[in-house]
Amino acid sequence: MFEDGSLFTHLLVDRLNYVIYVVLLMIGLWAMVAKNNLIKKLIGMSIFQTAIILFYVSIGVKEGATIPIYLSEHDPHGESGEVNNAQSSQPERPQVLEASLVAGYNNPLPHVLMLTAIVVGVATLGLALSICLRIYRAYGTVEEDELLLKLESEELRSSSGSRTRRWRPRSKRKAKVPKSFENTRSRKGDGDSLTSDGSQDAKARSRRPSKPKKSKDGEAS
Amino acid sequence: MSTPLIVEDIRPLLALVVPWLGMVGILWAGEKRPNLRECFTFAAASAQAAIVLSLVPLVLSGTIIEFHIWQIFSYVPMLLRVDGPGLLFACVASILWIATTLYSIGYMRGLHEHAQTRFYSFFALSLSATMGVAFSANLLTIYFFYEMLSVSTFPLVTHMQDREARTGGRTYLGYLLFTSLCLLLPALSWCYVWLDGGHLTMDFVEDVGKVGHFSETTQIVLLFLFTFGFAKAGLMPFHSWLPGAMVAPTPVSALLHAVAVVKVGVFCVYRVYADVFGSEVLANMGGEEWTMIVASATILVSSLIALSQDNLKRRLAFSTIGQLGYVVLGAAIATDRGQGGAVLHIAMHACGKITLFFCAGAIFVATGKKYVSELRGLGRKMPLTMGAFMVGALSVIGLPPLGGFISKWYLALGALDRDATWVVVVLLVSSLLNVFYLLPVAVTAFFRTSETEKDPSFKEAPWACVVPLSLTSLGCFVLFFWSEDLLRMVGLQP
Amino acid sequence: MSDLIVWIVLFPLFGAVFCSLAGAWSRRICYPVAVLSMLGSVWASVETLMQAILSPVHEVSYLLGGWSLDLFPRGVGIEFRADLLGALIALVVTGVGLIVSIYSKFPVQRETPGKETMYYGLFLLQISGLAGIALTGDAFNLYVLIEVAALTGYGLVALGSNRAAAATFNYVILGTIGASFYLLGVGYLYLKTGTLNMVGIREVIETNGLLESPAMQVSFVLILLGILIKMAFFPFHAWLPNAYCHAPTTTSCLLAPLVTKVMIYVMIRMTLSVFGVEFSFESTLWTEVLPWLVVVAIVCAAVMALAQREIKRMLSYLIVAEVGYMVGGVWIYNYYGLIGSIFHVISDACMTLCLFLGAGIILEKCKTTNFDGLRGLFARMPLTMIGFFIGGFSIIGLPPTCGFFSKWYLITGGMVSERWEYMITLMFSTMVMVVLFFRLIERMHLAVSEDGKNLGAGHGDLGLSKEQSRFDEAPLSMLIPLLLAASIVLLIGVYNQEVVDQIEVFLGAYNLPTGVSYK
Repeated sequence: MFEDGSLFTHLLVDRLNYVIYVVLLMIGLWAMVAKNNLIKKLIGMSIFQTAIILFYVSIGVKEGATIPIYLSEHDPHGESGEVNNAQSSQPERPQVLEASLVAGYNNPLPHVLMLTAIVVGVATLGLALSICLRIYRAYGTVEEDELLLKLESEELRSSSGSRTRRWRPRSKRKAKVPKSFENTRSRKGDGDSLTSDGSQDAKARSRRPSKPKKSKDGEAS
Repeated sequence: MSTPLIVEDIRPLLALVVPWLGMVGILWAGEKRPNLRECFTFAAASAQAAIVLSLVPLVLSGTIIEFHIWQIFSYVPMLLRVDGPGLLFACVASILWIATTLYSIGYMRGLHEHAQTRFYSFFALSLSATMGVAFSANLLTIYFFYEMLSVSTFPLVTHMQDREARTGGRTYLGYLLFTSLCLLLPALSWCYVWLDGGHLTMDFVEDVGKVGHFSETTQIVLLFLFTFGFAKAGLMPFHSWLPGAMVAPTPVSALLHAVAVVKVGVFCVYRVYADVFGSEVLANMGGEEWTMIVASATILVSSLIALSQDNLKRRLAFSTIGQLGYVVLGAAIATDRGQGGAVLHIAMHACGKITLFFCAGAIFVATGKKYVSELRGLGRKMPLTMGAFMVGALSVIGLPPLGGFISKWYLALGALDRDATWVVVVLLVSSLLNVFYLLPVAVTAFFRTSETEKDPSFKEAPWACVVPLSLTSLGCFVLFFWSEDLLRMVGLQP
Repeated sequence: MSDLIVWIVLFPLFGAVFCSLAGAWSRRICYPVAVLSMLGSVWASVETLMQAILSPVHEVSYLLGGWSLDLFPRGVGIEFRADLLGALIALVVTGVGLIVSIYSKFPVQRETPGKETMYYGLFLLQISGLAGIALTGDAFNLYVLIEVAALTGYGLVALGSNRAAAATFNYVILGTIGASFYLLGVGYLYLKTGTLNMVGIREVIETNGLLESPAMQVSFVLILLGILIKMAFFPFHAWLPNAYCHAPTTTSCLLAPLVTKVMIYVMIRMTLSVFGVEFSFESTLWTEVLPWLVVVAIVCAAVMALAQREIKRMLSYLIVAEVGYMVGGVWIYNYYGLIGSIFHVISDACMTLCLFLGAGIILEKCKTTNFDGLRGLFARMPLTMIGFFIGGFSIIGLPPTCGFFSKWYLITGGMVSERWEYMITLMFSTMVMVVLFFRLIERMHLAVSEDGKNLGAGHGDLGLSKEQSRFDEAPLSMLIPLLLAASIVLLIGVYNQEVVDQIEVFLGAYNLPTGVSYK
């Protein structure tokens, strides 16, 4: 089954890392697109990004190589490199190792890149979660279909019949809307949550930690 | 005019800029100082006419005046050039602007119209655009001013700001922008790319006849795009905007829809036929007869429609469509005398038709009547107006000693040069139709007494309306007797 | 080598840091800081553009941290490279940023009271991210900057109402998918070439003959897909209208002109400079398929724009249509099409800016941008309306606005490649835009209700109260940016040749088909 050249060897032995990353990628993508719950979507997003990180990290790895820190015999600053270093006029400049020596180290660059990507991922996730929180506080739900219904009815209210030619979709669903409004209010405990956008906004603001700023700090690092 | 002298002169640009300055003055004076505002309009109109007229001796002596404004593309400049036909058109438009200004004062104040400041500002703008078209030296420049005219006349057409104005405005812009953006633009860009590998200036002098390098199909497609792209020329089936635009106040209909806008359309068509294709290419390309057929059909059909119109302005509008057909027909004949006659007809018809529109407006101001059937007995009430109407009508019909005769004469001669006898027949039949739809108006007014109004007291429109229309009707005579210079301008006489 | 190029990005970056710190002390200081740092950034980008024009190789380069480029494959450190295209785009980004920052004074105070510190911090970071995208010469750095711009963009949108926050969520999801696809594509590129420097990648592709490699194909598809999602190309456009329409005024003024356009720039950069003309365009699949997708995109977006009854929403769909224009201009694959595309990136940024600034003023003054509340606006604020409709005429493509010239080149491009379907689509959407904008003019100008009833007493009476019809112009801090943007639209139109010259120099380095004479 695992003889050379067969499909199984090809996929599961030689290219296992790629297979896993593609599977993870697809799981993440599926969750982001198909899941109804916003938080689940975000979990999918995390998986999606992690899959890419896995891909990058795996392409930097070589068989039988070590971590990309100078072995003592190659280190220009170490014992053997001391003499070199003294003669060099520019000691700060990176030393270029010979190709044969380089083969012994893993490629550090993809790993370094992924450090940044992880930071970006964390920032995105943080921001997205804070948006979810805000959505929950404003609309009382993190289910996408319920959210859409509420947004729709909000739009209808704000325009309050001033539009003459508006397309009105799915009259059945519209009947359901007031009921879910009731739920929202009782759950939230403060009435009139949807009509006065400004006050609601202010409340949400005071409760909400300033996530966007945090993400910005994350970027700067 | 074997090797015309080319002179760089800023005056063509000045003729374009003066209306803008006038507009600034008009806006500054505003509704609060109407007299000052009208002074600015007058000043702008007179200055423009003076500038344009000052160019006449130069052009008559065989000089060509150019002014380079700026470089649009690497090879295509925005270039103004004053030659005979362009100058003739510019003269007509700018002189008639003065008359129209006087007339609009009488009309707008007589009817207590609103937003007169806006009216006069956009009027000035559209005259600037008209000058631009008259003086353009290449296709792209002419296109710029053509579009500027479409947009700047929109507020004039929708001046009444009511439902009819909306309908009229929609038809107006719908037709004009559709044709210019969807037919004209590809044609221009085709010329730009394929001629000389993108190095074409699209100049009316340097690049005449280069279209002849294209394959025959391409030439015909281009001819089609250009002919219908300039929908201001009112060729059927793209003519409906003109009756639609009649919702505008009469001075607008008079100047813009008998002189400036429609004449810009036919002038552009003339330019394309004479200076892009050139008469040789046009006459030999094969398959170009359809333009003559379309023009003839437009002439006849619109005349027939005009017969059935009771609304005086609409009747005049359809008459205009027919007369525009003459110009296109003349340009399509592709002989010197035909094309010269076409340019002459722009001037001759402008003078006659503006008189007719002025009269229609004066009748409306004085009596509030819009329909031909209501005009009984009006000849005694408003003898001057109706007399002028008679003169204008005869000029449009083409009887000597009125201007309209000369242009029709040359059109017919041009057709005979080409052995296209059927064109002469079309001209004759349509002149007959002109008689049928124009003369009854005057006849009703003079010879039939009103049944309802027994009191034939003398009641003319305000003098500011009557003076310009009398002047333009005199102009019809003047054009006949002083036609020498006009013929020299269009190159029909040395 | 000049370090001015870095200052384009650093001015807003430091401004953002300063805003965040000093904002704790006084919120009022943020606005002047933002304007000043944008001024600095604009100055730096003008200087950089001049340097790029004057330099013999037509580019300015700066190596961050002084890492050398001597090695092969080229580049260990990150390089900032401004060739003429990059410098032009950077100037557009910073210029739009400057105008919007001046404009932002009142809207930010009104819509996000108490959050000015955060707002201006994000605002400036957004600019530095976008300008960085235009300048960076490193494929991975490009990803990071895309994410910087995206994250700050999410923040800027979500700072608005609750509805905006809800709209942001979709934006986050789609934006992340797009950026991640791009990152994945870059991974494959790195896998095959061993470098991330854009010029380096190009060199390796050429020397090692990687054109046939399937991994390169995968990388190309992933990168293209990612960019198309980020630029809201038609089937992936769902995030855009909601986000832009519910975002705070200033945010939509900043994002709408820039984000999609900058992504078009990335697409041009990737196809021309990184993968190369032969690889990107000569494989028949893409050049056959994408123009047809563009046709679908433009038609659908234009029709949806027609269906909208609210200005900002309508404009958002227009952006989607314009994205179609530009993508089409690239993929009809010829010299004129690319000139048109690049010029349209610049001119579309200006005219979209103009329109959104105008819509913002309308929202500020009328409290609504619904079509029903627009009657009599010409009398009320004539100057604003002039500015707004100069933008509108430019979108339609009336001369001498810049929109005419970009459309001219796009149509010409379609003609040279004989992509009639693309040309006809351009015509179609032009007519739709005529309808859209003249419908607006009608509503503001005429005294007619939508179902055709005459309102008012005739003779220009619009049936409005005296209060509603008196002259009531926007504050100067909003009006001046709008008029500035409008005059830029006109100036770029009038002096389009100056811009096109630079684009031609840039494109001169690539072997693009131009068409032949006499057809």
